[in-house]
Amino acid sequence: MTAVIETDGLGKRYGDLWALRNCTLALPGGAAVALVGPNGAGKTTLLQLLVGLLRPTEGRAHVCGHSPFDQAALVLPMVAFVAQDQPLYANLTGAEHFTLGRRLNPRWNDLQVRERLHQLRIPLDRPVGRLSGGQRSQVALALSLAKQADLVVLDEPLASLDPLARQEFLQTLMEAKVDSRSTVLLSSHIVGGLERVCDFLVILATANVQIAVGIDEALATHRRLVGPSSALPSLSRLYPVIFSTETSREATAVIRTDTEIFDPDWESQPLSLEEIVLAYLSRSRSDEIEASQEVFTRAG
Amino acid sequence: MAPYRQIIQQVRQAVLTGRLRAGDQLPTVREVVTTIAINPNTVFKAYRELEHEGLVELRQGQGTFVRGGSRTVDSSELAALRRSLLRWMKAALRAGLEPDTLFALYTTALQDAQQLSEETA
Repeated sequence: MTAVIETDGLGKRYGDLWALRNCTLALPGGAAVALVGPNGAGKTTLLQLLVGLLRPTEGRAHVCGHSPFDQAALVLPMVAFVAQDQPLYANLTGAEHFTLGRRLNPRWNDLQVRERLHQLRIPLDRPVGRLSGGQRSQVALALSLAKQADLVVLDEPLASLDPLARQEFLQTLMEAKVDSRSTVLLSSHIVGGLERVCDFLVILATANVQIAVGIDEALATHRRLVGPSSALPSLSRLYPVIFSTETSREATAVIRTDTEIFDPDWESQPLSLEEIVLAYLSRSRSDEIEASQEVFTRAG
Repeated sequence: MAPYRQIIQQVRQAVLTGRLRAGDQLPTVREVVTTIAINPNTVFKAYRELEHEGLVELRQGQGTFVRGGSRTVDSSELAALRRSLLRWMKAALRAGLEPDTLFALYTTALQDAQQLSEETA
C-alpha cells in the first residue's frame, strides 16, 4: 500500500513550546487511522499541519504527494477536514449546506449520505443550529464524505457524543468505507471500541509519536508479563519493555515481542488495545516526570 | 484478540458445529458492516484468510460460500465431548477450584495438548 500521508521530522513550535516534534510517519492509503493520545499531546497540531492550516516550524509533510501548506491548491481538493467544534453555519439548513458543498467542490456526490441522514431521521430542512449535537456531527460527517476526498480528517469526532450517537457516527463512517478507497484519519482520546473501526494506530504523547503500527500487529505483538521483581532486569535486556511496575516481590511488564514467551518465570497475557495505549502513555508520563526531576536537581 | 481473528474463529466454529454447511453463503461485507459497525478492511481480511485456509470460496460477483468437504464434527461426537468436559468441570469444582483457576488449568492443558499433537505430527 502506498502512503497517503508522509511526514519527516515534522515539528511545530508555539513560542518556547514545542507542540509537535520529530514526527516521522508513513500512513497507508485506504486505512482507517486512529490518532490517540491525551489532551494537549499535539493531535490537533498534527492534523492542522496535514491539512495545511499550519506552517511547519521544521521538517516536512506530504499529503497525496504534495506539501499541504505550500501547495494548498493541489492538496485541498483531495482532503476533507472536520475540525473539533464541527463548524457549520447555524442559520443554514442541512440541505443548504449540501447545495453549498456541491457548488464549491468538483467531485461532489451526496446521494448516499443524504439517504443515510434520512434513515437516521435527521431533518434537512431545519437550520443546523437547531439540531442536536449528535445530529449536527452526522451532518458535518456527511458533508466531509460527500466531498469524495482521498483523505478524510476528523478531529475528535467522538468527544461530544453520547454512546448511541457515537455508535451511529462510526456506523456511517464504516458504511461509507465499503465502496470507497479513501483514507480516514481520526483523532480521539477515547480508545475503547476503536479496534473495530480502525486498522492503524498512532499514539501521540508529550508532542512525540510513541508508536505507529497496524492494529492487528499491535494486538499480536504486545504482551503483559507477570513475574518476580528479581527477574525484571534480565527481561529488559531481552525485550523492549514499554512500561513496568513492581512491588518488592512481583513485577508487571508490558513488552513488545514477535514470539511467544515460554520463560517459566513469567506468566504471559494478551492485552486489549486500550491497555496497550495506556502502557505507552504511562511510559511517556514517567519519562516526563523523570525529565522535570532532573531539571529540579540541576536547579538545586 | 484482533477483530479479524474473532470473525475467523466464529466462522470456523459455525462450520465445525454444522451451523454453516457446504454451499451456505457468508454475509456480504456490506451486511456485516451495517450490522455491527466494523471496518470493512477487517472483514475482507478475515474472508481472505478463510479462503486461503480453504474453508470458504469466493465466487466472482456472487459472494463468499462455505466449501464442500470442510471438516465438521459430528453432532453426537460433539455432545459426547461436551458431556465429558462437564464431568471434568464438576470434579474440578468439587475439588474446590474457583472458576478463574479452573480456566487457567484448562488453558495450560490446551496448550500442552496442542504442543503434543504438533510434536507427533
